[in-house]
Amino acid sequence: MVHKVLKIVEFSASYGDGLVVKNVNMEIENNKITAVMGPSGCGKSTLLRCVNRLHELNPNTSVAGNILLNDQNIYQMNAIMLRRHIGMVFQRPNPFPTMSIYDNVIAGYKLNGIKVSRTDKDHIVEESLKNAALWDEVKDSLHKKGTFLSGGQQQRLCIARALAMKPEILLLDEPTSALDPKATAFIEELIVKLKKTVTIMLVTHNIAQAARVSDYTAFLFLGELIEFGVTEKVFTVPKDGRTEEYLTGKFG
Amino acid sequence: MGISQLQWRIIKDRVFKSLLILVSFVSVIPLGFILYFLILKGAPAINWEFLVAGPKPYGIAGGGVAHAIVGTLILIGLAALFSIPAGISIGLYLSEFRKSKMAYWTRLGVDVLQGVPSIVIGIIAWSWIVRPMRMFSALSGGIALGLMMLPIIARSTEETIRLIPLSIKEASLSLGVPYYRTVLKVILPSGISGIVSGILLSIARIAGETAPLIFTAFGSRFMNLDIFKPVESMPLLIYRYASSPYQDLHTMAWGASFLLVLFVLTLNITAKGVCRKWCIKY
Repeated sequence: MVHKVLKIVEFSASYGDGLVVKNVNMEIENNKITAVMGPSGCGKSTLLRCVNRLHELNPNTSVAGNILLNDQNIYQMNAIMLRRHIGMVFQRPNPFPTMSIYDNVIAGYKLNGIKVSRTDKDHIVEESLKNAALWDEVKDSLHKKGTFLSGGQQQRLCIARALAMKPEILLLDEPTSALDPKATAFIEELIVKLKKTVTIMLVTHNIAQAARVSDYTAFLFLGELIEFGVTEKVFTVPKDGRTEEYLTGKFG
Repeated sequence: MGISQLQWRIIKDRVFKSLLILVSFVSVIPLGFILYFLILKGAPAINWEFLVAGPKPYGIAGGGVAHAIVGTLILIGLAALFSIPAGISIGLYLSEFRKSKMAYWTRLGVDVLQGVPSIVIGIIAWSWIVRPMRMFSALSGGIALGLMMLPIIARSTEETIRLIPLSIKEASLSLGVPYYRTVLKVILPSGISGIVSGILLSIARIAGETAPLIFTAFGSRFMNLDIFKPVESMPLLIYRYASSPYQDLHTMAWGASFLLVLFVLTLNITAKGVCRKWCIKY
């Protein structure tokens, strides 16, 4: 049976007076990649940040509707516990500048004060870095600062940092928009591999990227969910005229 | 005509540049003179006895300023004890809640405090501590100096933390790290270079303060380690010795001035070094 780990139900979000996400209904399937695409300012990043409640950093936000993680309302959960189940990777690589590569990967445990034995730590670091396809490049320099790595490597370090917490869902907020094409291709390949272990929600303004990596695609326009379905269908036979116009480059 | 116009521009450019260099050079000259004079007059006064001995009775040659060195260190220590935790907390608050009304008023308060004349701060410390305790003390002097350090540390902390990208904080929060741990373990360590150099500069700023100590630490001719008793400090000693009629005390005042400036200079250079060496790149 297909399990939907995340259900977004009649969900709206606003900053101050502006409604940014309007009544979105979406179900995210386990171990699949769901891409959310749309032009700048369409609310796709906001939607993503509502899933791990990072939008609450901004004091003027309010939300309506529900987001269910394994049928549990995330707005009734403790935000801190919720975020330990949901990893996030940001637009720009943001490794902790004071920490080594090793400490960056284990940061989720270290910063939370979760006691882990030395051998378990080593194991988590190695496994996470391998899953993020970074191990071979950094295994001899684990105690160097993470900020010495190249942009693409830093982004993979951030993915490893998120994976180390063994999240159920990984949120990727335009993870390649600050990277060169080669690093982008590498990360895309990695994302596809990762879906074996984690459910992925990918926000991108890059249409081709959504087509290349995702199983499902959602098209968000002016805060509304215009279309949501199997990627192949959305790209070949879109139901809505606006999707077609967006895909063919008429706007956005 | 094109060429001559261009040449005219090049000339103006050169004149402007040399003017800038000249002005900056001229503004450094006073510092050069100060250092020259201090070395000329102060350096000969400095010997081993000067550094480790207390004062001799008036009229007897020799003696040193050890009691003032120790007193100054005690005062700085006390001031740091009060102002560093409070200053860093205020700075954090100002940068984390920078848009709140309360932060606006706090910032204004900090700026006003920075502008309060040091003699007034001395009077306040006197009425807060010296009068109720009926005793001049190192404690009251330390609090007066701490009040002067506080705004410098608060503002330098604020400026440093403000420069840390939001995404670093978000990265920590998105790992499920509670806010207080994010602040203590991610934000503060990322800003450590700016915070430490701010602290060093604030110490450099107060090390030579005399006015707030007149009614508080008061000065003493004895080596004193008790923070509830009056202590000597370098600037007080310089003031007293320099206005005395004895030639050998004048020489000691020069020596003490030289030491004090050396201390402040070292702090400033260290602060620059800290800033460069520990600087975090994002």
